[in-house]
This record gives sequence, C-alpha cells and structure tokens, in this order.
Amino acid sequence: MTIVLSVMNFMKNKTVNKKLSYKVIMVPYVVWLAVFIVVPLALILGFSFTDLSGNFTFDNIINVGKYSNVFLNSIWLGFLSTLICFILGYPMAYFISKIDSSKQNIIIMVLMIPMWMSFLLRTYAWMTILENNGLLNSFLRTLGFNGLSLINTQGAIILGMVYNFIPYMVLQIYSVLIKIDNSLIEAAHDLGANRVMTFIKIIFPLSIPGVISGVTMVFVPAVSTFIISKMLGGGANLLIGDLIEMQFLGNTYNPNLGSAISLFLIVLILICMGIMNQFDNDDSRDKNIVI
Amino acid sequence: MKLFSKIYQFLFFLFLYSPIAILIIYSFNDSKSRVIWGGFTFKWYIKLINNSEILSAFSNTIIIAVVSSVIATVLGTLAAVGIVNTKSIFKKVLINITNLPMLNPEIVTGISMMLLFVFIYSKTGFLKPGLLTLILSHSTFCLPYVVLSVLPKLRQMDSSIYEAAQDLGCNHFQAFFKVVMPQITSGVVTGFMMSFTMSIDDFLISYFTSGTVQTLPLTIYSMTRRIISPEINALSTVLFVIMFTLVIIINIRKGRERVKKSNQHILSQFIKI
Repeated sequence: MTIVLSVMNFMKNKTVNKKLSYKVIMVPYVVWLAVFIVVPLALILGFSFTDLSGNFTFDNIINVGKYSNVFLNSIWLGFLSTLICFILGYPMAYFISKIDSSKQNIIIMVLMIPMWMSFLLRTYAWMTILENNGLLNSFLRTLGFNGLSLINTQGAIILGMVYNFIPYMVLQIYSVLIKIDNSLIEAAHDLGANRVMTFIKIIFPLSIPGVISGVTMVFVPAVSTFIISKMLGGGANLLIGDLIEMQFLGNTYNPNLGSAISLFLIVLILICMGIMNQFDNDDSRDKNIVI
Repeated sequence: MKLFSKIYQFLFFLFLYSPIAILIIYSFNDSKSRVIWGGFTFKWYIKLINNSEILSAFSNTIIIAVVSSVIATVLGTLAAVGIVNTKSIFKKVLINITNLPMLNPEIVTGISMMLLFVFIYSKTGFLKPGLLTLILSHSTFCLPYVVLSVLPKLRQMDSSIYEAAQDLGCNHFQAFFKVVMPQITSGVVTGFMMSFTMSIDDFLISYFTSGTVQTLPLTIYSMTRRIISPEINALSTVLFVIMFTLVIIINIRKGRERVKKSNQHILSQFIKI
C-alpha cells in the first residue's frame, strides 16, 4: 500500500514538475513579448495622450483632425488599388487553378519570384519607366506623340501599389480555389447549371475567404505605405504613412502627434478587418445553404 | 477560353516582369542615361564590387539576419512547445499577442520599436539605435513566423511519445532533443528560413530602428533618393539572380523530397503486403 502511495506521489510530482518546466521554457518568450511588443504599443498609446514635456493632453488627438484629407486620400487610393488588384488578380488565380497541376507549381513559382526582390527596387524600376524623360515618354515621343506627365500623379501611386501587392491577392485566391471539391462543380453541371451559373453560385461563394484575406493583404500595406507615395507620388501626394514618417524622422519631429496618427491608423485597420470578418461569417452561412 | 486564359497569363507576367527586365538590361548600359542605350558594359558591376558602402551594408544585413533568425527560432520553438502544453486563457492571450506584429501595419511596429529604444536610451543611455536594436527588432517581427510554423507540427505529434520517453528514463532535455525535436525539425527549419528572408528583405522596421547603421535595403533606399547611378541596376540584377537561384534550389529540393516521400509511401505499402 505504501509503495502504491509513493508511486502515485512520485507520478504527481512528475506532472507538477512537467507543468512547471513548460512554464519555465516560456519565460524568455513571455518577457520578450512584453518588452518588445506590449510595451512599445503602450508607448504609442502613452505618447498620443501626452505633450513633449509629458503632461496629459488631448491636443494630439484633436490635431489629427487637421489631416483628415490625408486619411481620406490614403483610404481612397488604398481602396482603388485593392479593387484593381481584385479585378485583375481574380481571373489570374482562376486561370492558374485550371491548368495542369504539374505546371501549376511552376507558374506559382514564377508569380512569387518578383516578390523576393526588394520592393524598393521594384518601385524604382517604375520610376525609371514613368519619369518625364523616362522610357515610356521617350517611346511615345519617338512615335510622334507628346510626352505625358505620368510620375508624381495619383495614378502612378496606384500603379505602384497594384504592381507591388497584386501577387498576394492572386496567391490567396488561388490557394482557396484549388481546394474546392471538383465534385461540387460536377454536381452543379449535372443539375443543369451552365459555366457562368456554376461560377456565380458555387465557385465564387466558396472562394470568398481567399478574396477576403487577399483584400486585407493588399489594403493594409497599401493604406500605410510611404515609400510608394514618396518615390512615385513626389511630395505632393501625402499619405498616412508619409505623415507618420515625417513626425519621427522628417523635419517636423513630433513623436506625440506621430503616435496619435498611428493610433488612428491602427483603429482604422481594426475597423476594416472587423468589417471583412463580418463578410466572411455571412458567407460561411450562405455556403452551408448552397451545399 | 483556353486561348484567352493563355493570353491573360502572358500579359500578367509581362506586367510583372517587364520592369525587372528593364532594370537588368540597363545594368549593362554603357551610358549613364536611363533611357539611351550606349553599348554593352560590365563597368557598373566592377564599380559595385569596389563600393565599400554597399559591401559593409551587405555584411551588416547578413549578420543581422543570421543572429536575429537564430534568436527568433530558439525563442519561438520553445514558446511553441510551451503554448501547446498550456490549456488556459493564457494560451489564447499569448497567441494573440504573437500575431500582433503580423496584423499591425509594419510602419506601426517600426515606430513603436523606435519609441521604445529612444525611450530606453534617453532614460538609461543603453540601447543606442544601431546593430543591437536592429537585431532586437528583427527577432521580434520574425518570432510569429517561427511560432506559427512550429505549432502545427507539434499539434500533429502524439504527446504520449514524449511521456513514453520520460518513462523510459529520459530527462526533459533528452526527451525534447531525442524525441520531440526530430518530429518538428521541418517546422523549425521553415521558421528559420522565413525569418532569414524576412530579415534580409526588411526595410520599414529597419528604417526606424537603425540609427546610423546601414543595411542593404536602407542603402538601396538612400541610393534611389540621391543622384541615380546604374550601379543600383547592377545591384538589383545581382540580387535578382541570387533570389532566383535560391527559389529554384528550394523548389528542386522540395520536389526531391516529394519523390522520396512517395517512394517511402510505396515501400511502406509493400511492407504491409
């Protein structure tokens, strides 16, 4: 009896020990998260509500209102480029998902290779194409047309965003499209749906989760970029990212205002993601009905 | 429909690759102009090799990438083991905090880190923005990728194997390295590789935490802001070729693994018979 008890005791100790050791190996990680993720975000919050000497104030938050046109401009450009990425990217993802599976991997690889190149260089490439004396304009001139002013326009910024982020959209949609069970499509055909109807009723609804993750993967970097607007938009087209960068590393050093603007950017993105998730949930309900 | 699909794909890839092709072609251009073709030359590549600014930026980039991906891999793997074995709200909270840097726009992560380092430096005089702050911030934004690539492997694993190893006399370390590690190695390696490439490629977070230290993306950025020399085209070509070969090698390796796996599959079926 005592032996059984002592064995039980031993086992108990062992489990206690084990649980403890799991906690111990997580200590460095938890400390790291606290110091390098939680504290910095708390600092943004703290700086937003203080002035330069550290007193509590709402001035920064109120001052952000002055830049509402910059916010609207960023959201508008981000929205447009996300929309274009979707319109151009969806067919591409669909076509790739329809070719032989042996060739698919190669096509996907070819799609991903430009993403491995620094986006600074990709944007720089467009700079050389769109410049006033750039390739496109000198090509137009040799054909006898007048040169166009392409760079430093909103169109150039949208082009830069679409070019840099469209592979994300294609990959996200593609990864959902290839998972769709072929028998569903066959069933739709058997029940009399033509190709267009099958696409509208079956394929598109099932691909919505991919569209949503694609949209977030394009919209979030597009709305917060400052490189693309700096390189292709000149100084005239200010975006949220430029505004934040200016407060921290630019001439107008003001980390308090910069933190407040970042806080608004975080809230903006959280709201967008909330709306997106809403769509996702609605459609998962629809999906069940469809199936 | 098939023809349309082919034309569409062709135009799509033309759009994706023509700027890169133009960069590469003009890296061999003898004239300094970015439009006029002045003959074929390698001189920009020779200039590139002799550019000490770029070389030191390159070595900084590699040092930062290696150190921070090692830190991220060790911390992340341990964290994943811990997370799998805790069952509480604590686990949910941890995973959510881990994901924060992936959800937040990069610029926000960048400035939050900058605030932290500037704050610590102004209070204590430690952590002057430089190599160390770059390593710390890169490790932080790489962590979620390691955790998220190791976690699924741990979930697939049968936890009783670990207990069995302990019952057979292994201590925690032996049980971990001899039993758990071999089963999650692929996840750990994936996490490391992802961290490494993310770190090499990162511009935004480095931009805010670097102080005066230059990494390759930072040097490229400052080159595009100054008078532009075709050296930058030569640099892009070199980087593109390196990336291209890396991707191809990784894919060939993957392909081989797949073949090996399918062979094993066939073998195991034979054994069963």
